[in-house]
Order: sequence, then C-alpha cells, then structure tokens
Amino acid sequence: MKVAVVGIGHGKFGRRDDATVQELGFEAFRDALNDANLTIQDIDASVIGSVPEYHKQRSLPGVVAEYIGMNPKPTFLTEAACASSSAALRTAWADIKAGLHEVVAVVGVQKMLELTTPELLALMGRVGDVQWESGFGTTFPGYYAMYATRHMHDFGTTKDQLSMVAVKNHFYGAKNPKAMFQKEVTLEKAKSARMVASPLNLYDCCANADGSAVVIIANEDRAKKITDTPVWIEGIGSASAPMSVLRRENLISIPSAVHASHDAYKQSGLQPKDIDVADVHDCFTIAEILAYEDLGFCERGQGGKLIEEKQTYIGGKIPVNVDGGLKAKGHPVGATGTSMVVEMVKQLRGEAGERQVQGAEVGLAHNVGGIGQYCFVSIFKR
Amino acid sequence: MGFDEFGLINFVPFTKVSDFTDYLKEGKLKGKHCKKCNAVYFPPRADCVKCFAPESEMEWLEFSGRGKLLTFTTIHAAPTGFETKVPYTIGVVDLEEGGRLLAWIEEPPEDEAKLELGIDVRIEPKVIDDNRLIYVIKIN
Repeated sequence: MKVAVVGIGHGKFGRRDDATVQELGFEAFRDALNDANLTIQDIDASVIGSVPEYHKQRSLPGVVAEYIGMNPKPTFLTEAACASSSAALRTAWADIKAGLHEVVAVVGVQKMLELTTPELLALMGRVGDVQWESGFGTTFPGYYAMYATRHMHDFGTTKDQLSMVAVKNHFYGAKNPKAMFQKEVTLEKAKSARMVASPLNLYDCCANADGSAVVIIANEDRAKKITDTPVWIEGIGSASAPMSVLRRENLISIPSAVHASHDAYKQSGLQPKDIDVADVHDCFTIAEILAYEDLGFCERGQGGKLIEEKQTYIGGKIPVNVDGGLKAKGHPVGATGTSMVVEMVKQLRGEAGERQVQGAEVGLAHNVGGIGQYCFVSIFKR
Repeated sequence: MGFDEFGLINFVPFTKVSDFTDYLKEGKLKGKHCKKCNAVYFPPRADCVKCFAPESEMEWLEFSGRGKLLTFTTIHAAPTGFETKVPYTIGVVDLEEGGRLLAWIEEPPEDEAKLELGIDVRIEPKVIDDNRLIYVIKIN
C-alpha cells in the first residue's frame, strides 16, 4: 500500500520562552491541517516524536494530543533520541500500511530550553554509556569529535572542510524564516570560533532549540482525495548501533546510517544517484561529512572533498541541507526528523522559494539518533 | 563495596561486574572471557552476547594494559561535575587482548598535533580526588 505526505507544518525554531511544549506542537499542527485542508475529524491517530527527559511535563503525548484537539483518538510517544519523530513517522507509516489507520498526524515537538543550563549540562554528560564512559566527562560533541579526529587521520579531512559545512548550512539558513540562526557566516569566522571538543569548535556544533514540525500522512486512496500534490513515501529504512562507540567496528562511519540507507534504497528501488535533494543529520559538521559517505553520495573518505568542491550546494552534484540543516535551524531533538520531512515535501512540491532545487523529484531525509545508536533514512518522491 | 567508586562521577553503582573495581584497586585491569566461545569483553560484561552461554561460563581475564590509541578529543566545554578539570583529553584505546577502553590521556602533549593515532599506550589504574577510582591512558 502506498502512503503519502499530504500536509506539512513547521513552527519557528529557536529559544521559545513564549510557549509551552504543547503550544509549540499546536503551531505546526494547525499549519499542517490547513496545508492539507483537513479537520481533526479526518485524522485517525497522532504519534508524538519527542525526547521526554527535556520536559518537566511527564507523559508528553497526553498533554500534546489533548491540546491539539486529538482526543479521543489514539496517541503515543516514540523515542529514538534525536531521531524520535522519524521513529514516529515510521510507526505511523506502518500503521497505515497495516490498514489500522488511514490518516495519521506525526507530531515532532521538543522544548529543550525550559531546562536550566546546569540541567542541560548534566544531561549532556549522560549521552554515552553511563557505566563506562560518562565517568570520564564525555560529551555529545566529544564523541563526534573522536569520529572527526579519526576521519581526519585516515582520509586527510581538514578542519577547513568541517567549517565549510557550517558555512554552507548558515548560507541556506539565512534564507529559511523558520531557522534559529538566519545569518551567513564566513569561513574565517567559522574556523576561529572557540573550541568545544577538539577538533570541533562552536561553529561545528548545532544548538539546542525549541520547536515543532508536523506531517500528516495518508493511504493512497485518501491521499489522492486530499491533495493534488501528494509526496509519496518510497521507503523508510531504520537501524541501530551499539550505545557505546567503543563497541563499533570503526570510528569513520555511523553503522546504523549505512544499514538504514541500504534498507531505504532497497525498499524504494532507488540509488544514491537518483536523489535530487537531501536533508542529513548535521548535529556536528563531521556528522554531515560522515552522512555523505554513509548514504553513498560519495566514496568513503571523500566527504571532505565533496563539501570543498561545493557539490552539496544547489547546483552541485547533490544539494544537502538547503534549509540550513540542524546547524542553522537549531536542533529541537524531537522535532528535527519531521522538520526534515517538511523540507523534502516543500522541495518536491516546488514550494521552497529561493532555496528550491529546480526540478527535484526524489528527496531523502537522514535522521540520526544520539551518536548513531539509531538511524532512519526516508525516501520521498513526488 | 560495589561499582560506585568507579569514575569521577558514578551514575551506575550496581552491576553484575562490580568485582572489576576490586581488581582495579589491586592494580589489575580485568575484562571478561567466555569459556564457551572464547569471546573477550572490555568493558567487561556479565553475559556473553555472542553465544548466550550461562553466566557461570564468564570468567575474569587479566589484561596486560597495553594497547594502541584509536582516537582522542580534548574537551573544553565540560558537563556537570567536570568543570574544574577542563581542558582534559579523552582517548579511545584498542586493547591488546581485545575490546576497547575510553579514559583520560595523562599528560598529553601541549600541541595536540603531536599526539599520533596508532601509537602504543599503557593503561594504569589510578585514584584521583582522594577516593575516585579510574584508569588512565599513559603515552609510552
């Protein structure tokens, strides 16, 4: 059974001291309903993608489903760290394919900044294996930094190439009104920022943020009735990898991303060369370079060269993160997966404005959870 | 008596492999070995995930402490509890007997570029901040 995205909504990402988590969810949900020209009666269920430990409110789906008006329809949470709403999408997609529901709202929502900085820093210390690693003060940037160190050693990837990813994503973020940072940066500025975890500096890291993004998906029959511009889900690959980077084969690839992309390519019958536009999980600049390679956009080790040659800009071989990526949009972890889907749908509908990749027919979203413990790769076609 | 002494901050006081800290206090670095399928684990784990043998098949194996540096980073923005330690350099080591270990690199060169991947290193048990039990990576 074919399943399509029929409605999209995207709230403003950033520090949202003006809103609760359910209010953030409502913003994007209302936009998605209007986009699909549906009412809540048309929607059979909501799946909430979010990381619960950031919220004071416990059991998030309860408060979100109520506030967006989805009672008494079924709701529940999916959690896969930074890929939580891709897990929600895959679950909703499976529900529809199984015939359980016809139309489902996938609500990615997160409010990270209601925690104080000390609370956030305490959480940051527990992103890896807390038994064997956190006692040494490991951090999120630190893990990706160790990937970067190894990638630079093995392939000659340079610090400049890392910074070039930041420059590109801020270049496009400046054109995205929903992005947290809408300002271009120079290579000089990106290179000279203060160090966070060597070799990654502040501009190599994305920012914690608040925000929401919602997509409404439907089975083929309903989708064709709802819209003239359905965007078909051709495949959603998913995979996992060891919690600890110690137990991974190497530190030059995110294994779950390789597996998930193989899965998605197989389901869709498409190949890397068929992808016209992609959003990848650039929580850190090195992560985008790893994604190029894990997804097969270039050979292993050639990711640095791909950005240096500007092949991931519009007009290049494969435009990547032309919405600004996590880097410029900000990274409200639970909302990031659906945010990627929103951008792919806009691109495939031809509604991306000055960020439009002309003639885009196939889009790919690569959403990594944690340090690659989870990965979802979704392929869309107009 | 337990795992709570391990790490500058300990988040997991209880585990089936808490004897690890007793050995560490004796200056020994031990991992686990499965008698049934010969799998070697570091960090140690109580259960063999390769052959799913009964827990009784798992024995402690003393490691030489020798290994090679796989990668590293120097942390400048620290999480809660590590603020006074920055900057500190964390390394990952491929251990001679198998498995890997993550720990601080003791006295890393001032210029990080001089820290080469693949070099031989030694792991040594250590007590810091009066009573916290850890191991460190020493550059030979």
